[in-house]
Amino acid sequence: MVLDYEQSVALADVPVMSAEELRQEVLEQVRDGGRLLALFGLPGNGGAGLCAIVAHSGDRFLRAMRTAPLTQYASLTPDCPQAHLFERELWEQWNILPEGHPWLKPVRFVPHGCLTATPGERPGPAQLTHYRVDGEEVHEVAVGPVHAGVIEPGHFRFQCYGENVMHLEISLGFQHRDVERRLLGGPHPAHARLMECVAGDTSIGHATAFATLLERLAGVTIPERANRLRRLGLELERLANHTGDLGAIAGDTGFLPTSAWNGRIRGDFLNLTAEVCGNRFGRNWVCPGGVSVDVDAELCARLLDRLRHCWRDVREAVKVMFASASVMDRLEETGEISADTARTLGLVGVAARACGLARDARFDAPLSCLPLCETQIRVEKGGDVLSRARVRSRELADSVDLACTDIQALSHSEGAICQPLPDRLPAGRLAVAQVEGWRGEICHVGLTDAQGRLACYKMYDPSFHNWAGLEAALRGQQISDFPLCNKSFNLSYCGHDL
Amino acid sequence: MLHIIRERLHQKYRTLDYPRVQPGLPARYPGRPEILAVHCGDCRACADACPTGAIRLLSPDAPGPGGADSGPALDMGRCLFCGACARACPQGGIRFTGDHHLATFCREDLILTRVPRPLTPPRRSGRLFARSLKLRQVSAGGCNACEADINVLGTLVYDLGKFGIDMVASPRHADGLAVTGPVSRNMREGLLATFGATPQPRLVVAVGSCAISGGLFRDNAECSNGLEELLPVDVFVPGCPPHPWSILDGLLRARTDTADWTV
Repeated sequence: MVLDYEQSVALADVPVMSAEELRQEVLEQVRDGGRLLALFGLPGNGGAGLCAIVAHSGDRFLRAMRTAPLTQYASLTPDCPQAHLFERELWEQWNILPEGHPWLKPVRFVPHGCLTATPGERPGPAQLTHYRVDGEEVHEVAVGPVHAGVIEPGHFRFQCYGENVMHLEISLGFQHRDVERRLLGGPHPAHARLMECVAGDTSIGHATAFATLLERLAGVTIPERANRLRRLGLELERLANHTGDLGAIAGDTGFLPTSAWNGRIRGDFLNLTAEVCGNRFGRNWVCPGGVSVDVDAELCARLLDRLRHCWRDVREAVKVMFASASVMDRLEETGEISADTARTLGLVGVAARACGLARDARFDAPLSCLPLCETQIRVEKGGDVLSRARVRSRELADSVDLACTDIQALSHSEGAICQPLPDRLPAGRLAVAQVEGWRGEICHVGLTDAQGRLACYKMYDPSFHNWAGLEAALRGQQISDFPLCNKSFNLSYCGHDL
Repeated sequence: MLHIIRERLHQKYRTLDYPRVQPGLPARYPGRPEILAVHCGDCRACADACPTGAIRLLSPDAPGPGGADSGPALDMGRCLFCGACARACPQGGIRFTGDHHLATFCREDLILTRVPRPLTPPRRSGRLFARSLKLRQVSAGGCNACEADINVLGTLVYDLGKFGIDMVASPRHADGLAVTGPVSRNMREGLLATFGATPQPRLVVAVGSCAISGGLFRDNAECSNGLEELLPVDVFVPGCPPHPWSILDGLLRARTDTADWTV
């Protein structure tokens, strides 16, 4: 079944295949350069079937497939490693066994089969068996869940030979708040607020994905002004976070000037967001049907002026950092990932682009027909920390360009900012929303039941795909490289744990 | 080297002399809500509009703290500061004042009614930590917004260190905890272990609506309904997330022994 990414489809029109047919179809699509957007349990008849959605770069049509409810099937992971986490999640939530999965273990430490009628025991994080390397001189380093910095909880296990890391295993789930399940039976007005807490640093990203999904389910087109304001929000979010990340990378190399300056400039970008919506993280900016806040010519002039000052400051701060030989020496060839590995693991966003993969939802699945000005998919070849830093620094320029264009357009025009959604969504429909957040592509998938309520809701933060990339990047590195590699990915814990 | 110094001059001195100089916040920043005396009748518009159920309408049968018996009681501990109530009220009975001083020593003091009440003093003096306060931050299900705005206090705008306050790497080095998030089931053990590892006497600061009341995750089997279910809390800093200045204000308050303390 082929669907246009901007449209919803009736679930009834998605043909039911056997698990083997679905498996072959997904493998074939992925061999042809496709990427698994989603693979999840589709509730029905007391159990769940599989539902898979595959996207191809530069193609506006997605492939959707599903099976009847089942309890086990032949795992895709051995032939298609990017399915590994999706399948672990399926097993954890629906107790559907992917036979032959190479490393089946809990994702979020919820009661096993939590979405089935009879959930089982909750595995404690302590009960997890980690991959272990044995040997007289091999040692293990365990970090977390409570880390040394002000950071979310996660557990990291390093298998080391001296200073060298042979293997890193990351186990998450400490932040699990059951966000997806709270959406079932909705949408309710409070859900727009809940989406802003999926990952606080990506408030606008997740809120936009949620709103876009509901609009696609309802078949509503939002006003152009709302699209402009949303894009402005997303770009300000990108600016703040990329600036902060570059500062953090500078800090971890011991280059304090840029670290200190960028910390301040990041805050200035957040304060710009607060000028528009009152909140530094963009809470209450986006609502289903459009946006909740508008800007007038006077505010636009102020935003533009401050944005240009911030841009000057961050541009020069980053230039100073890249001009330092000691920083460059530290960043080059640290935490390398090959394009092949990135493609195999299905990485997205900055991490994927730094490996040479041209993946950017702003181009692959644009939210509106607003022109993208001089913006390009910023691709680097190295796959190392330097490449990830460079991608961010190039994207800063693009984001400023887009934000300035949007502010100017908004200041010269007026118009509606919200097209209210109908009280009830159409029944039995499936839609997908892809939004390029600052980390990478955020993907939400939703399905309505016969009454038009949300019967199934799945969300994938870019972190869902990219944590495996961080594990891969650490192989063969020194353990002292971990903080730097970690900063260069800067992944979300709660975005993964939900 | 010279270009670094040149750029350093260009980046200027940015630290604010807080609390002597108060920050200028955006015009749309909501800040502390204020309940005005209007006649509500049967109107429930504010309570219905609230996404977290932070508003309860008072009556003589169900009075609020301080004996208020009419109008809304707004619980800042559950409030997201989204302003939906103020927009919903047909009489303009709820107003957000832009004041960032939000921290209290007592959970009940976060509940605002039309009758202003004096703040409860801290249950024990924080004077011991007046010149040096080291905190261990624990994120327990937090969405990373509160964590980010605590982290930002270390930047040169706020310069937390100059107050003698630091976020330290181990609970063994700490005088207390700054907790964020609705305390997810999977972090409960980690949080309690961290608290147990903190030497006494120790402070607990709850930062953000999730930590204070569960926020949007209230009444959810995977989360708690506020940190007080698990630990004694000394200072509450409401907000979703609280503005960094609100958090700094809360941390400065944690070191005093009086509720009248004003900056």
